[in-house]
Amino acid sequence: MINITGKRFWFFVISLVFILVSLLSLFTFGLKTGIEFTSGSMLTIDFEQKVEQPQLTAELANLGYTDVIIQRTGAGDYLIRTPELNADKKKALEEGLAAKFGKLTETEFDSVSPMIAGETAQNAVIAVAIASIGILLYLTWAFRRMPHPIRYGTCAVIALVHDAFIALGVFSILGGILNWQVNLMFITGILTIIGYSVNNIVVIFDRIRENLRLGISPDFEVVVNSSLIETLGRSLNTIITTLITVFALMFFVGASIQNFVVVLVVGLIAGTFDSICVAPMLLVTWDKKEWGKFVSWLPFAARAKG
Amino acid sequence: MRRNTIVSIIIAAIFVFSLVALAQPLFGRDAMRLGLDLKGGVHLVYRADLTGIEKGKEAEAIDGAIAVIERRINILGVVEPVIQKQGTDRIVVELPGISEADRAKRLIGQTALLEFRELVTNEKGEQTWVPATGTVGGQKKELTSAYFKQNTYVSTDDFGRVLLVFEWNEEGSVLSGQITERLIGKPLGIYLSGEPMLGDDGNPIAPIVRSKITDRGQIEGLSLAEATELAKLLNAGRIPVPLAPIYEQTVSPTLGADFVDMSVKAGIIGVVLVMLFMIAYYRLSGFLASLALLFYGVLVLAIFKLIPVTLTLAGLGGFILSLGMAVDANILIFERLKEELWQGRTLGAAIEAGFNRAWTAIWDSNVTTFIVCGILYWLGSSVAASAPVKGFAATLFIGVAVSMFTAIVVTRTLMRLFVGTGLAGKLSLFSSYVRKE
Repeated sequence: MINITGKRFWFFVISLVFILVSLLSLFTFGLKTGIEFTSGSMLTIDFEQKVEQPQLTAELANLGYTDVIIQRTGAGDYLIRTPELNADKKKALEEGLAAKFGKLTETEFDSVSPMIAGETAQNAVIAVAIASIGILLYLTWAFRRMPHPIRYGTCAVIALVHDAFIALGVFSILGGILNWQVNLMFITGILTIIGYSVNNIVVIFDRIRENLRLGISPDFEVVVNSSLIETLGRSLNTIITTLITVFALMFFVGASIQNFVVVLVVGLIAGTFDSICVAPMLLVTWDKKEWGKFVSWLPFAARAKG
Repeated sequence: MRRNTIVSIIIAAIFVFSLVALAQPLFGRDAMRLGLDLKGGVHLVYRADLTGIEKGKEAEAIDGAIAVIERRINILGVVEPVIQKQGTDRIVVELPGISEADRAKRLIGQTALLEFRELVTNEKGEQTWVPATGTVGGQKKELTSAYFKQNTYVSTDDFGRVLLVFEWNEEGSVLSGQITERLIGKPLGIYLSGEPMLGDDGNPIAPIVRSKITDRGQIEGLSLAEATELAKLLNAGRIPVPLAPIYEQTVSPTLGADFVDMSVKAGIIGVVLVMLFMIAYYRLSGFLASLALLFYGVLVLAIFKLIPVTLTLAGLGGFILSLGMAVDANILIFERLKEELWQGRTLGAAIEAGFNRAWTAIWDSNVTTFIVCGILYWLGSSVAASAPVKGFAATLFIGVAVSMFTAIVVTRTLMRLFVGTGLAGKLSLFSSYVRKE
């Protein structure tokens, strides 16, 4: 039998590396928030001629827009984020760009006032809070018959937070490099992913509970390992079919839901890793009370890698 | 077996019904309802400034504004515009399928209030335009297009010049009489929404008053197109409260059509790949699950059309995502089935045990998605800027709910039908690693 649980410290190291990279990126780049949360206007412009991003940035500055964020979409359009534009300013901006770069088409335009942005940000926070409470209540209920409900619940929550944190980190990097913004669909994606990842963890924990009852081994680590192997087919196949459809969305639709789809891809992969390699491993480590052992093992890991 | 026959017939009936519902108009639904981002169009939210309105009359003012906006939108000839009140002081305007977004915004945004102003010299000796006023019933009032009868029209004079011809109502006639009498030989400035109205030649229109005007007047110097639009606007009435735009989304109709094509492509490719994967991995069971997936797709689309669910790009994304998630229930069942077969059960017994034991896991694993969908739907309904969130939540919820039905009822029925046939003897069709007897 493959020994998955035996590699748990390595999984923790991988996980720590991801967390460190995410933290580093969040500290250096921060997150770029979309107009839904901070107000402003967003133009999607399709230039007939080829326009390079630095040229566009320069021309926008020339027109008096120094404080813009430009993102290039997969389809080659530009998303230009500006302070809130009224009809006249927008017309002037488009005419200015057309004068420099030739014919252009404005395929999308969104404008959000500070009032709406404030409400959106507030309601998004409320939604995240309610979703977290809902999922915690669900977990408490789902693990009520587990031998140590608090342990199972805590490990699941750590894995979920870890999942969301990695998605945030990836978006912080994408924001820093490609100017991707965190908008309402990003929040939607994170919540969807968390809702989905909970399932995977619950299915695995459920199997651990069943195997404990069957008494397949006195060693908790062995029980967890066989439970993981028994559910591995399901865990992987489920993620594969879901990823197939998400990739289809990413390659064939992209455009305005591009950022959303990328959150789903990142979250699904991270969520699968978390449900197999983090949540159950935390359980084993907790059961064996080997936190200290992990810490003293870390330098060894560093040497082995080096 | 008898029960299975009945279930099979019901499933077949639902499938045929769904196909019919998709293929032709049913219950008054002739097509999928597409959201603005797929059809192209404008979504606007305005906030009315109610400070100038008497207490208790606010709702009336908003309703009045909505009525005027409706009449103005009719000028554009938009199919199925939505103009409605949101909360106490907001008006939502949705104009699907239009390409002249800027014109629409101008039509709605203008209070269409023509003001007449006179030139006065202030204390510093500077000349400024101030609203021309007269006195009616002891009250000082400004002369504006609020006193126009709603029969303004465009005409041309003997020299072919465009004229905008209007008629004063009773009060306007008194005011105009007083003001024009006073201003004979002086200019009368015309302001549109607070800005000097510019003629076709680019200069402000400020004719010199030649005689006292009491019944009808005419404005010359506009282009034919401008005059025509203005006449329509004036006849549509004026908006009783100032409106400020607080949210706007515009999508070009061509882009919307592209999105639909791309989503259909993504959906088809996604489904085909999922089916291939399921067949490769689970063999005959996978094939049956693929049939169930097709059934699922048709049924969900029929539900979207009949409810109807407004499909947005994110909503289509939710549906396509649910296609991938839908097979999860089948995967849970088939993994169980394999284990049961591994333990040496007969196919029939293994199928029943597989379905029964997987049920709790399927239910548990969908609960959290339901919770999240509910919260997202609330979020999507609560703020102006989040229509896509609502669409996503609605389609994902319906998708996951229906998938539980198809995965369990449809796949199980199909598998039971196979148990009775000769194929049942070949266990390798169901699982790649069956214990050899």
